[in-house]
Amino acid sequence: MTTKGKPKVAFFDFTSCEGCQLTVLDSLQDHLDLLEAIEIVQFREAITEKGENYLVAFIEGCCSRPIDETRLMKIRDQAAIVVALGTCAHLGGINTLKYLHPLDDTRAYVYGNQAAWFETADARPIEAIIPVDYAIPGCPIDRFEFIAFIKALLLGKRPDIPDYPVCVECKLKENTCLYTKGQVCMGPVTRAGCGAICPSFGQPCEACRGFISNANDASLQELLGSYGLTVDDILRRYTMFTTYQVRESLLRRQNGGA
Amino acid sequence: MVVHKRIEVHHVTRVEGHGNIVVEMADGQLKDCRFEVVEAPRFFEAMLRGRSYLEASHITSRICGICSTGHAITSLQATEKALAVQLSQQTILLRKLALYGEILDSHILHVYMLVAPDFLGVGSVIPLVSTHREVVLRALRMKKLAGDICAAITGRHTHPIAMTVGGFTHFPKICELEQLYGRLESARSDTDATVELFASLSWPQFERETEYVSLTHPDEYAFVGGDIVTSDGVYLPVEDYLRVTNEYIVPYSTAKYTRDKRDSYMVGALARFNNNYDQLTPRAKDAAVALGLAPKVTNPYSNSAAQVVEIVHSMDESIRTIDKLLERGISLEEPAQISIDQAEGVGACEVPRGLLIHHYWIGPDGCLTGANCVIPTNQNIANIEADMHELVPHISHKPLDSIQLDLEMLVRAYDPCISCSVHVLKVTDAHEDR
Repeated sequence: MTTKGKPKVAFFDFTSCEGCQLTVLDSLQDHLDLLEAIEIVQFREAITEKGENYLVAFIEGCCSRPIDETRLMKIRDQAAIVVALGTCAHLGGINTLKYLHPLDDTRAYVYGNQAAWFETADARPIEAIIPVDYAIPGCPIDRFEFIAFIKALLLGKRPDIPDYPVCVECKLKENTCLYTKGQVCMGPVTRAGCGAICPSFGQPCEACRGFISNANDASLQELLGSYGLTVDDILRRYTMFTTYQVRESLLRRQNGGA
Repeated sequence: MVVHKRIEVHHVTRVEGHGNIVVEMADGQLKDCRFEVVEAPRFFEAMLRGRSYLEASHITSRICGICSTGHAITSLQATEKALAVQLSQQTILLRKLALYGEILDSHILHVYMLVAPDFLGVGSVIPLVSTHREVVLRALRMKKLAGDICAAITGRHTHPIAMTVGGFTHFPKICELEQLYGRLESARSDTDATVELFASLSWPQFERETEYVSLTHPDEYAFVGGDIVTSDGVYLPVEDYLRVTNEYIVPYSTAKYTRDKRDSYMVGALARFNNNYDQLTPRAKDAAVALGLAPKVTNPYSNSAAQVVEIVHSMDESIRTIDKLLERGISLEEPAQISIDQAEGVGACEVPRGLLIHHYWIGPDGCLTGANCVIPTNQNIANIEADMHELVPHISHKPLDSIQLDLEMLVRAYDPCISCSVHVLKVTDAHEDR
């Protein structure tokens, strides 16, 4: 990333809770010098100025409306590097729970007779619309991973996002395995990098960082079986943040397939 | 010739979410003014259906990155009321402490990083890093402390982990609480400097009385639980929230509107201050004096000043709560027992931006069959518009950019939480022949 002066960076948001951008702001608490290394030209929540000349675009939130697609393509045209910031942009995230109900039914439940006033479509990760160069996973992102990511970009290195399961980090923390307590944890198939934060605070992993590239599903099935757990037990976990990723097998199941 | 003025602020900045301000004037007469919420609809209430009662607080914390702890606690309350769960004293204290941490975090972010730049004539906190470095460092230091309180109790501030139905799955160590206690004690000088800074600013003068709605509790300045009270004399248990909120829908906004006795009402720090002033700590009352606030305050811009008062109050109460926890000691207790029966429950908290309600219906299998969430910002939108209607004729003689700034500052004072917004400004000053 060699340009004259500080690289220009912009932040954008789509359907999300803006928690990842708040985590970016929180990262300034320990790394105020970040502002000396990059120039933030757009950051909706924090600054009034709006620059259209940027090299790196960080995008939070999933695409859930037709108008979002146009905006995403405009950002892609401008930015040399597009980064999906957090689970919603990376995977579709919590918003993809919509897939579990018919869309019209969802809209009518919230807006009643006036449902037709409000435009919405299926929630999708931004990769479904535009090419994405990198993803910083997590709901929310980890602030230290964000800083490490920026450092790597500034050094021209490929950012190091782990591709091994959460269990590795959980073991290093010497946590008691939650399966031994009768809970269903997504740790065995989920991408690490969070420091196994949920199991460390007593809660099962919910796969917010998405699946590792070579997840051993067969081994997980065996593990589930050995604890007497069923597909239905684990389906709930698969449809927390990653419904978009498993939607096709869900549909097969609904239609009576295996 | 009619002079038409149109102000359209597309995606107001330094607020959380996508909102537009639209004002149209002809010959100084106000034709139209709206605060449009154009955030993509999220459908959380529909998405909760069919999910386990154990997941509801994890799902709903994702409604908002900045008040995720408040959503989680309110969600747990709704579930626990439905399932008749009795909480331990320790659980109650830990949850209160987590919410004080969030009130601090959110208010510090709002007053320092989103509101203060307007008063100092800059577009963001970034230029202040060089011009007012000490102020920025103080804000970051205070915000870090607030976030660390939440992290010690729940694992992290944004999207808390360790809170579950009936209790906690992880507990802070005594040494962590002692450390937080020490840091809170030594942060008193930062709090004093905060009050001094905001007392020195010249706040916009504008009065419009409205109905102020908040929780109230006999024993304390209410944040976690209580009954609903309004300045127009309504007093209701939270289960009867629909009698106050009366949600309705307008075509130009994806957020639902609310109204009670009048066409609009206000929730948030100012409403709490007006309704529960007597229960503020002595130091918070001193801060109110320094900031020139005495109930009933009817200037909506003062909502940010009331947040400063609540920063002082929440620091004091955090210290007091940690003191109680240290005195009791921390017990690694299992969450309270639950027996699932078909039921419904309402949870209510005062989160940074005001009254938050979660209402759940739970089926015999422990899965939610229905949900209703009433969000503070929705309750304020009608009131923001009513303020704009009253304010615009008073400022219509000003140049367009200062009218616009006054309106943006008004919207920001409410600290709306709609999710962050990009600033694409469009101001036109059209002249049209009669």
